[in-house]
Amino acid sequence: MTSDVPLLAVRDLTIEFATRRGTVRAVQHVDVTVGKGETLGIVGESGSGKSVTSYAVMRILDRAGQIAGGSIRFGGIDVGAASEREVRDLRGREISMIFQNPRAALNPIRKVGKQIEDVLLQHVQATRSDVKDKAVEALRRVHIANPEERYHAYPFELSGGMCQRVVIALALACRPQLLIADEPTTGLDVTTQKAVMDLVVDLTRARGMSTILITHDLGLAAAYCDRVVVMEKGRVVETAPSRQIFAAPAHPYTRKLMKATPRLGIGLRDLLPDEHSSPPPTGGRSAALRTSGDNGSAAAAEIPRYPTADDLRSSDPPPAGEGKPLLIVENLVKEYPRNALKGSLAKFFGRKAEEEKPFRAVGGISFTIARGESVGLVGESGCGKSTTSMMVMRLIDKTTGKIAFDGADIGAIAAKQFATHPMRKRIQMVFQDPTDSLNPRFTASRAIADPLMRLGGIKHGAALRARCEELATQVGLPVALLDRFPHQLSGGQKARVGIARAIALRPELIVLDEPTAALDVSVQAVVLNLLQDLKAELGMSYLFVSHDLNVVRLLCDRVIVMQAGEIVEHGSSDDVLSAPKTDYVRELLAAIPHPAGTA
Amino acid sequence: MTEAVRIDPVEVAPAAMPGARAAAASQPSVLRHAVYVIGQNPVTGLAFGLFLLIVLCAIFGPLIAPYDPLASDTDAAYQAPSAAHWFGTDQLGRDILSRVIAATRLDLTIAVFSVALVFLLGGVSGVMAGFFGGWTDRIVGRLIDTIMAFPLFVLAMGIVAALGNTVTNIVLATAIVNFPLYARVARAEANVRRDAGFVQAARLCGNGELRIVLTQILPNVMPIMVVQMSLTMGYAILNAAGLSFIGLGVRPPTPEWGIMVAEGAADMVSGKWWIAFFPGGALMLAVFCFNLLGDGLRDIVDPQRRT
Repeated sequence: MTSDVPLLAVRDLTIEFATRRGTVRAVQHVDVTVGKGETLGIVGESGSGKSVTSYAVMRILDRAGQIAGGSIRFGGIDVGAASEREVRDLRGREISMIFQNPRAALNPIRKVGKQIEDVLLQHVQATRSDVKDKAVEALRRVHIANPEERYHAYPFELSGGMCQRVVIALALACRPQLLIADEPTTGLDVTTQKAVMDLVVDLTRARGMSTILITHDLGLAAAYCDRVVVMEKGRVVETAPSRQIFAAPAHPYTRKLMKATPRLGIGLRDLLPDEHSSPPPTGGRSAALRTSGDNGSAAAAEIPRYPTADDLRSSDPPPAGEGKPLLIVENLVKEYPRNALKGSLAKFFGRKAEEEKPFRAVGGISFTIARGESVGLVGESGCGKSTTSMMVMRLIDKTTGKIAFDGADIGAIAAKQFATHPMRKRIQMVFQDPTDSLNPRFTASRAIADPLMRLGGIKHGAALRARCEELATQVGLPVALLDRFPHQLSGGQKARVGIARAIALRPELIVLDEPTAALDVSVQAVVLNLLQDLKAELGMSYLFVSHDLNVVRLLCDRVIVMQAGEIVEHGSSDDVLSAPKTDYVRELLAAIPHPAGTA
Repeated sequence: MTEAVRIDPVEVAPAAMPGARAAAASQPSVLRHAVYVIGQNPVTGLAFGLFLLIVLCAIFGPLIAPYDPLASDTDAAYQAPSAAHWFGTDQLGRDILSRVIAATRLDLTIAVFSVALVFLLGGVSGVMAGFFGGWTDRIVGRLIDTIMAFPLFVLAMGIVAALGNTVTNIVLATAIVNFPLYARVARAEANVRRDAGFVQAARLCGNGELRIVLTQILPNVMPIMVVQMSLTMGYAILNAAGLSFIGLGVRPPTPEWGIMVAEGAADMVSGKWWIAFFPGGALMLAVFCFNLLGDGLRDIVDPQRRT
């Protein structure tokens, strides 16, 4: 695949960052080559140095970062030694980049067509007279319908996928030889991801361009790359053609990553690494929670237990669906007023509503959750799944419909009053972003203690502390970390704090709002297992909100698929995901990239 | 209690409250961070030094001053700076150095009290407006607009003229004039946090709205407000001195920088520059010091610079 003279040759690259605690080596002795026309994937978890490497190639490192050793040669030019002027010429014309958040990469107050023109003119790819035609042509090439019309659109008028297409059009406008795509589809829906990635690959292949795809998603890299470089902690641990790397991963880290990636035909336990002696990266392990069970279960004795065995795979038939359901949702509707007639209230809601569906976020849905059952609520962004979960959580008020929890009509209680309502402690939530959901000025123990002090009736130091430590042990958070602030904790540890806070009051229902979306796959594997263990231990029910069908299948007994505020399919996880009845679900499933070896 | 101590023997203080524990844990790191920031930026260190000097003058002023700031000696009037009178003497023969030092206490008191008052009023109403929105926001917003509609110094003049020129009224006027700055900063900071995950989480934990404002929002808004406090401190001093300068503030013969500049202004043309120059210089240094301090504090509280 590689020709004799590679387009990009990174040799023995070491990058250092000057920080308060001395120099930190973000990238150490990295060798990467990209041949002409090749698509290279750089895969690694957060902090592996994959982005920093690409920034060095573009020479857009932070001021604190510097290349401490090695060389970067791009088509015969030494990028490390080139003058700023030469590098500026290189960027955009020879190498261009696609960033993670397409909206942030576009100027919000300039029409997208004008932004493409700017790039064309900047690099003398067009003259004043033909620049508009070329810009429209660029939009057409990224499959934007009605390019003449879209030329006049502002970024906020376009969806996330459309914005990413515009960014791709910008990146390819000057026909660069190398495209660096840094997590180009993170935050996009699977179907949009597929469309965007197909587009990138088609365009670059057609022009004989080289691409570097930086991603944390092994499946994505496998599906679209010729060769894959796996990075861990600033080092390259494995480089191989993608077929080979996924069929026979050589390095233990690659194997661990492979294992932790949710995919078809495996269970929740299969995600964890084999060797039980090595601790997972978050510092705790789910097996440790079994030891703390005596305290927790004694106190939780009043909560009826249902047969959810520890080793139960979520793909097994749903347990204990009989009896009265814990949660009944009937004809639930949420409508947002579109114009700001009702003052700031309307404006506040109007902002939250999706542009495509300004009126009806949730259009009359009904479902039930039995005790001890976990139900997945799946859909793409804007389908109303978050709105539904917020209504069930009683954080926002419904428009019409009924939400009954254990026989009581909690939908009738206003969201504002519900915070201090006795029912509050029976329904809790784990939030999507572990960082955002912890007050930066509270320690972990204070965060966990908050519900206990407010609703748990534990007011005093020693008892509070003891319960916090018990909860920390239960979720596998080292007790020593309880006095740390959120910014001193890793993502996985913050997720554990959030889970400990949610289970502190021994709730009967927990809404999990994409609890692992912000985590690395290996951490996700641990957290998902932890959630499964806790559910078995405490007999809770879960409403698991997610866009990731693979993750939902692992944890949930039943799945509800939503589209445009309606339930389109509903059934046991296995039925829905292995034999979908609707085109929409089939399309969703088809869009998930699979590692070549397993698909 | 004993269990907590047993589990974490390093902690000296028995952790009765998680909050107390948190404070104890964070204290040294904040100090270390402050030392680091000052080390990175010597100008901040200079500002801190100057601030200490001003505070010392305010506390020990009468002890440091070489002469009685109020004692006039017509024989020694209009003396240029010399070894006996470092800053010279004024038209009544009073020692200017002593008066400049003695004035520090009054000027700083006015500034501190007015800033503390506006910090409380502006901070709380701004946070409420930002968090609750709706009518609270509208009322606070219109109040801000009303105050902003006046040229601020003219408004302060009007308030003091209407209420009478006492120190209390100067404090009040300075506080009212600064109200919009605080309320708007607090409002903006509270507004962006209103839908933060941790606020939602606090609701789930059974916190009422008011408690969320006090325990979740305020602690997060506080650092920015402290920076604002330092930045407006200089303005408060300037405002007080300005009022005195035009005769609406402290009455002579009380030593106060603004009055002293006013008294010396007439003599500038006849070459007796020192009467206005030194109190003016003190005023400038004080304002300068608080502004630099504000910049330094911003670096200290800025989470971006904290790793």
